[in-house]
Amino acid sequence: MSSGEKYVAAAYAVVFLAVLVWVVIIAAKLVRLERETADLAALARRTVPGRVGDDG
Amino acid sequence: MTALAVLTTALLTASVALIFFYAPVDADGLNQKIFYFHVPIALTSYACFGWGALKAFVHLWKRREGADLESYVAIHQGVIFGALTLLTGSIWAKVRWGHWWTWGDEQLVLFLVLFLFYCAYFMLRFSVEPGPRRARLSAVYALFGVALIPVSFLAIRLANDFIHPTVFTRHGAQMTHTMFAAFCVSWAALLALAHVMYRVELLGKRIDANLRDLRESLTAA
Amino acid sequence: MRRYAADVAVLARKDLTLELRARDTLPAMLLFVVSTLVVFHFALPKHSSDLAAKGLLWVAIVFTALVGLTRAFVAEREQRLIDGLLLAPCDRSAIWLAKSASVLAFLGIAELVALPAYAAFFSAIGWSTVVAVLLADIGIVAVGTLLAAVAAVSRTRELLLPLLFLPLAIPVVVGGVGASVVDDPGRYLAFLCLYDAVFAIISWASFEYVVTE
Repeated sequence: MSSGEKYVAAAYAVVFLAVLVWVVIIAAKLVRLERETADLAALARRTVPGRVGDDG
Repeated sequence: MTALAVLTTALLTASVALIFFYAPVDADGLNQKIFYFHVPIALTSYACFGWGALKAFVHLWKRREGADLESYVAIHQGVIFGALTLLTGSIWAKVRWGHWWTWGDEQLVLFLVLFLFYCAYFMLRFSVEPGPRRARLSAVYALFGVALIPVSFLAIRLANDFIHPTVFTRHGAQMTHTMFAAFCVSWAALLALAHVMYRVELLGKRIDANLRDLRESLTAA
Repeated sequence: MRRYAADVAVLARKDLTLELRARDTLPAMLLFVVSTLVVFHFALPKHSSDLAAKGLLWVAIVFTALVGLTRAFVAEREQRLIDGLLLAPCDRSAIWLAKSASVLAFLGIAELVALPAYAAFFSAIGWSTVVAVLLADIGIVAVGTLLAAVAAVSRTRELLLPLLFLPLAIPVVVGGVGASVVDDPGRYLAFLCLYDAVFAIISWASFEYVVTE
C-alpha cells in the first residue's frame, strides 16, 4: 500500500475504532445496570414479603 | 430502535461499498476518499450540537421533562463526532499538505474552537450538583454554543486575512454525480449512526435514573 | 422602562461603592495588566515584530478581564446577597446589566492604564486599536458577566470561568487584533459590533435562567 492509501485506511480505522470503543463503554454500562437491577430485585423481595419469587 | 440499528448497518455498508467501488478515483488519488467520511462526520457533529441546543431551548421554554437529558446526550454525541472530525481532518491534512495540523483549514479551526467550547460544557456539568439548576445552566450554555458557531466561523474567516495568507479549500473540483451519490449515502449513514448512538445512550441514562429512583423508594420503604 | 433604568443605576452604584470602599479588585487588575505587559516584554524574542506585540496586548486585555470577572459575583455569593437581590422586585436581567456596567467600568479604568503602558513599553497605538478595545470590552463584559454567574454556582468557580470564557473570547481577539494590525480596520470593527449585539442580547435574555434557584 502506498503511504497515501495507508492514511486513508487509518482515517477509516479511526472512525471504526471510535465506534467500537463506544460499544465497549455501553457494554460495561449494561453490565453495571444488570447488577444494579439484580440487587434491587433482591432488595424488593426482602422488603415486600409475601410475593412469590419471580427470578428466572 | 432495532429497525433503526439495522437501517444504520445497511447504510454504512452501502456507503463503504459506494465509496470504494463506485465513486471514481479523482485527481487527488485515493487520498480523497477520506473526504467521504470526514465531511459527513463534521456535518453530523453540527447536527448534534444543533439538536442539543434545540432540546436546551425546549427545556428552558416548555420545561419539558427529559429535555435536559436529551440535550446532554446530543451534545455528547456532538463532541464524539467532533473529536472524530478533528482526527480525520488531521489525517487528511497530513495526506494533503504534509502537516498534522494546519491553521489554514477554516473548517478544522472552527471545529477546534467548538470542541473546546463543548468540552467546557462537560466541565460545567460535572461541577454543579445534579438538579434543575444544573439543567438550566447547561441549557443556557448550549444555546451560547449554537450562537458561537456562525460567529466563530466569521471570525476565523476574518482572521485568515492577517494570520494566514493562504486558505486551503477543502475540495477544489465539483463533485460528479457518482461522487455526490456516495457522499449523500455516507452522510445519511453517519447521521443514522449518530442517531442510534444517541438513542442507546439516552436509553441507558434513563434506565440508570429509573433504577436510582427505584432504589430510593425501596430503601425508604 | 424608567423603573428598569433606575434599578440598574441603583445596583451599579452599589457595586461601584463597594469597590471604592474595599479597593481590592481594581488595584489588582491594574497591577495584573502592567505585570503582564512586562512579562510579555521578556516573552518576545529579539527581532519580534510590532505585530506580535499587538497580539499580546489583546491577550493581556482578555486575561485582565478574567481577573475582574472572577471577582464579579464573589461578594454576592459570600454574603448571600444574591438571595436578597432575587427577592427584590426588579427584572433579573437588570442585575446582569448593572453588574456588566460595573465590570465594564473596572475594565475601562484598567485599560486607561494599560494602553499608555503598552504604548510606552512597545509601540504606539492608533485610533483603530482604541475603538476596537472599547467595542471588545462590551462583548467581553456581556458574555463574561453571564458566565461569571454560571461559574459562581459551581463547585470549581475560579477554575471554571476561564474554561467557559476563553472559547467565546476567541472571536473578540480576532476582531481586536485584526483592527489593531490591519490597514483597513472597518471590517473588524463591524465584526466586533456584530459580536457585541449577538452576545449581549443572548446574555441579557438568558441571565434570568442562570440565577433562578
